[in-house]
Amino acid sequence: MFRPGTGTAWGCVEMTRVDVARLPRQATRDAYGEALVAAGRADARVVALDADLSGSTKSQKFGALFPERFFNVGIAEQNMIGMAAGLAAAGKIPFASSFAIFVTGRAFEQVRQSVAYPGLPVRLVGSHSGVTVGQDGSSHQAIEDIALMRVLPHMTVLVPADGPSTRALVNESLSIEGPVYLRLGRPAVPVLYGEGGFAAPPFKAGGSVTLLAGRDATIVACGVMVAEAVTAAYRAEAIGLSVGVIDAYSVKPLDRDAVLAAARATGALVTAEEHSVIGGLGGAVAETVAEEYPVPVIRVGLLDRFGESGAPDELLKLCRLMADDILAAVRRAVAVKR
Amino acid sequence: MTDQRTKAAPHNQPGTPEERHARLAEAARQLRVEILRMTAQAGSGHPGGSLSSAEIIACLYFDVLRLDPARPSWPERDRFVLSKGHAAPVLYAALALRGFFPRELLATLRKTGSCLQGHPHMRTTPGVEVSTGSLGQGLSMACGLAAAARIDGAGWRTWCLLGDGETQEGQVWEAAEAAAHFRLDNLVALVDNNGLQIDGPVSQVMAVDQVPRWQSFGWRVLEADGHSIPDLLAAMQAALAGSGRPAVIVCRTTKGKGVSFMEGQADWHGKAPTPEQLARALEELGCSGQGPALPGGVSR
Ligand SMILES: Cc1ncc(C[n+]2csc(CCOP(=O)(O)OP(=O)(O)O)c2C)c(N)n1
Ligand SMILES: [Mg+2]
Repeated sequence: MFRPGTGTAWGCVEMTRVDVARLPRQATRDAYGEALVAAGRADARVVALDADLSGSTKSQKFGALFPERFFNVGIAEQNMIGMAAGLAAAGKIPFASSFAIFVTGRAFEQVRQSVAYPGLPVRLVGSHSGVTVGQDGSSHQAIEDIALMRVLPHMTVLVPADGPSTRALVNESLSIEGPVYLRLGRPAVPVLYGEGGFAAPPFKAGGSVTLLAGRDATIVACGVMVAEAVTAAYRAEAIGLSVGVIDAYSVKPLDRDAVLAAARATGALVTAEEHSVIGGLGGAVAETVAEEYPVPVIRVGLLDRFGESGAPDELLKLCRLMADDILAAVRRAVAVKR
Repeated sequence: MTDQRTKAAPHNQPGTPEERHARLAEAARQLRVEILRMTAQAGSGHPGGSLSSAEIIACLYFDVLRLDPARPSWPERDRFVLSKGHAAPVLYAALALRGFFPRELLATLRKTGSCLQGHPHMRTTPGVEVSTGSLGQGLSMACGLAAAARIDGAGWRTWCLLGDGETQEGQVWEAAEAAAHFRLDNLVALVDNNGLQIDGPVSQVMAVDQVPRWQSFGWRVLEADGHSIPDLLAAMQAALAGSGRPAVIVCRTTKGKGVSFMEGQADWHGKAPTPEQLARALEELGCSGQGPALPGGVSR
């Protein structure tokens, strides 16, 4: 049962096994492009801005349909954020998109001063997050964007794992009062929610989805790592471990109730994100349990290193972001728990 | 300024041009008095760049802008963005004298819990449109405001005041190219070209030749003596002509204007007058007492 605002109550599980490898695939940025168009149709206040990457971020479709509400500012991310702030101050709901590193990194101080501080309802959309950007290499792979956005007061940080949750969160973002950072990815990823996958609950800021319940440990994951976490949990069964999985798509506000319930029920947590282990979801979960119910938290993510060029799946291997890496973390967590 | 929206400008008073100019000169004098009092009271703040903007702000807030202090969020109001946010004292003085909030609040500038933050914040101060203070960001926000008016087919205008040193920020020129590209002719920028920044003359720190720079970015460039009310009013009127291009008024000003020992001194950028200095400054401005600058004010 989903409780609005607090996430899914502990114990709600899918009975049938989801075959992650056979699920249809869609990139979250493609789902974003569709959702943005739908939002533009549903709400005349929606406007979009991009910085010469509208074909990659998929805001282009919106631009073609609503040219009077679309601003391609050129390669000028700082101005894009300021213009989005001005549009928001005049009652619009701007979606400002670029690659995750540019929207959060290049324009960080603009986001801080012009958007977060006054709490303006700008939706910052960062596509091409993490190492699955692939061949472009480290300059284009945001591994610190969650940390950068999470530290800002007023900011909501959403990291959807698949297309349906992306669409739901874009729609949900229309009713979030303050600024929102939506983190998207480049590659096609399994469609976890819907036919053949998990039942899709309402997605809300501050929510989460408990995909699997476990007894021995719980994996708290976001983005592309949710599918890896599910695979890891199934593999854990083979070695006699019962492992839960939470899709923590709302990194901020974090679903504290769900995380703490998992800590109490399983006594050990693993976090998994395509991001530095510093300051992201792992940081958020560790901070939460350290204050309320200390249990071991093993963080899977980039171990204080940059990404590099390569095929996305090879980079996930290289950076130890695969299901088996999560499984190894689960074994460590179980081993150290009291 | 005359157009169909003049009706909505309750502060626009009839009178001869001379009366209008005198009224605005008096408003600028009162702004200066309040700037000095409030920074002295706060013990910190930025008098130099506030004083250099006094006539510009007087013309905008007491004549040109369509505003209704009783309805700070009236949708049809003109928007003003103080991109050089450190000049908050001159903006706060104008808002107070126009009745957006009680004048007594000026004494709380920069104090814990005050609605008057050290730099303008839209969430705490009635009449402040966006939050500024980090230089270089205001013109982008002004572009966004102007774009919103365009989308809505609304007639309100957006004005944005920048410092000359501020235009060293790259983002200013990102915004400048965007305003020209999107043909935001409902946007007017003003540069307080006082020739000084913190570390000294702009020409020595990092020279910016304002007129050719804005021209090369596709803007319509107007120039004015930034301390001459008739000059400023004429330029502001011309800026609104609407030509498919954004307009900028480069205002020749003197930093610290109106106080002899502050004029042209980079040193007075960011420090408050002592009580003795305040007394001398107020005397120069024809106001020695502690009471209101002038009973009755000039706001109506
Ligand atoms: C991004 C940023 N960098 C530095 C500062 C510190 N600062 C405040 S005022 C100022 C000088 C501004 O000079 P100018 O734009 O010429 O303003 P004015 O002379 O009108 O006061 C500086 C460097 C700031 N507020 N924002
Ligand atoms: Mg200056």
